Amino acid sequence: MLKIKNPKTHRAKREIEKRAPKFVENGKKTLILHGTKTSDVLNMVLTQIYHLKRDNAVKYTKKNENIRPFESGGETSLEFFSLKTDCSLFVFGSHSKKRPNNLVLGRMFDHHIYDLVEVGVENFRPIESFEYDKKLTPRIGSKPFFAFIGEGFESVEELKHLKEVLLDLFRGEVVENLNLAGIDRVFVCTALSSSTVFLTHCALRLKRSGTAIPRMELVEVGPSMDLVVRRHRLPNDSLKKEAMKTTSEQPKKKIKNVSSDVLQGKIGKIYIPDQKVGGITLSSDVKGLKRERREAKKRKVGIENEAKKRKTASD
Amino acid sequence: MDLGNLMAFDPTHHFESVPSSRQELTRVCLEKGTELVQAIANAVFALPSTDDPDGPIVRLPPPTTALPREKHLPKPKPPTKWELFAKMKGIKKHKKDKRAFDEQAGTWKRRHGYDRVNDDKDIPIIEAKLSDEPGEDPFSKRKAEKKQRVEKQEKNRLQNLKQAAKAGALPSHVQLAATALPITGTHGEAPKKASKEELQNVAGMAATATASGGKFDKKLPGEKPAKHAGKYRKFLPVVEGKGMSSQEKQQTAKILDQLMNKSSHGMLDVNKAVTMFNVKKEKQRNKEKEHKTSSVASKLKPKKKSFKKSSKKKH
Repeated sequence: MLKIKNPKTHRAKREIEKRAPKFVENGKKTLILHGTKTSDVLNMVLTQIYHLKRDNAVKYTKKNENIRPFESGGETSLEFFSLKTDCSLFVFGSHSKKRPNNLVLGRMFDHHIYDLVEVGVENFRPIESFEYDKKLTPRIGSKPFFAFIGEGFESVEELKHLKEVLLDLFRGEVVENLNLAGIDRVFVCTALSSSTVFLTHCALRLKRSGTAIPRMELVEVGPSMDLVVRRHRLPNDSLKKEAMKTTSEQPKKKIKNVSSDVLQGKIGKIYIPDQKVGGITLSSDVKGLKRERREAKKRKVGIENEAKKRKTASD
Repeated sequence: MDLGNLMAFDPTHHFESVPSSRQELTRVCLEKGTELVQAIANAVFALPSTDDPDGPIVRLPPPTTALPREKHLPKPKPPTKWELFAKMKGIKKHKKDKRAFDEQAGTWKRRHGYDRVNDDKDIPIIEAKLSDEPGEDPFSKRKAEKKQRVEKQEKNRLQNLKQAAKAGALPSHVQLAATALPITGTHGEAPKKASKEELQNVAGMAATATASGGKFDKKLPGEKPAKHAGKYRKFLPVVEGKGMSSQEKQQTAKILDQLMNKSSHGMLDVNKAVTMFNVKKEKQRNKEKEHKTSSVASKLKPKKKSFKKSSKKKH
């Protein structure tokens, strides 16, 4: 026995439609949470990542004992949270003796785990430890630049994976139009060795240069840390294929007020609102008024002259 | 370089030796970063830009790095039963006007909603047909028919949605929920919902399995003590008090009396029994009397003399 459940309010319906699968997707949201034990450093890391991604991130404060992303049974809680908050990226922090300052960056496909990268955080410097001109602080939601340096990102598989995940995590919404005045941040990632990446977040200062293109200057503002790749799990091939599928065809957008007729071809409808004749203010074109008066005067004078002429003539 | 994501990747750089100090490292990284960012900025600023009050806006190209989707592609929904039928028969959809002419009222009315065309409640007279039974109410019959039609339509809609769900293309705002478990086995009874009292008693019932009958179990705050179901036994005191006849003697005498009376049907109300017996006897006597008189009288019935004056014939 099945029953149809419909949302009872328009708001609920809109929310559900926002979360439905679409051709062109919304920006990915991030879920930040931590496990049984976290260290000071890790707490700071999580809060600072949350600050960087304020608009589209959700931070959970309670500790979650039963989440173990790399184990087969330990991901059900994560998937449930992802379903509830509609987040497809997650950052899971935990601290143990074997893996100190551990951060698991993961992605979800259809609210099931797609891939994971486990990194350890070392040499963390929070935002507060940097000194910079406060006017340069990047605004929340601005699209960042990315700079990946090092051959390791191409040769080592783990670093390649990490590069992809970092790009996904920090890029924000995919936009078509970019406001050039609003570029103010950049993420610089350098591959120091085959397993370590130095990540730092800098603000951009656009300096006046001779040409139309400004000169870029990087000022370190944000958190900087060393990421040591520990484990990673790639998606299996079928899942990867499914997730990378894109269709070139887009759903046809309905063009309103245009119809086609066999006899007349393409017809368009234009709706004109009623004219408010009573409410129109008279033009304050003083020059026009002056001209009218001048012309009226001329005409009058002309008539008088004629009248005079006739008089004199008759006389 | 990926302009869509504002990303630049330099695979050529590699560290021969990790710079000794942190500052040196950051400096080198920032230098390289600046170069890359400058390269991207050059490309971005070179794009055609439109002017806006906020600043120049450029159209970014779509990103080149393939990143996995968040959710699966929306699947096309399978055609409904009606759609299949219409396709087969070649029935095309025609757009209906909002206003329609009501024959009965002779005016233009709206097609759906308040005061609509062809409303059931506007029919004043329904002519009787030969096939109608005399006791039926045609108005209520019409209502019942409409209700049936609506139910059938709901059933069909549910079936269509089930088909769509099977294909994985359920419309996003609809959910199918199971109201009852499927019927299996001989009984097919739906599991009854436990009432409030039953739930309150469950803990008590389970506690009777403990050695002390649940008397010393730790209770949750707010939990009421379990109700004692059944009789309380009364035990006689070991040592009797003065001034009362022996209770034990009374108890045993009572039992003996009951046992003795069993043979003589002790629970007999003598008076009632006597009256019942007498009544029965009377009835029997009456019956016998009737039988005696009726056997003779039935054959020879005396003529009934009418004592009415009118019956007398006047000679």
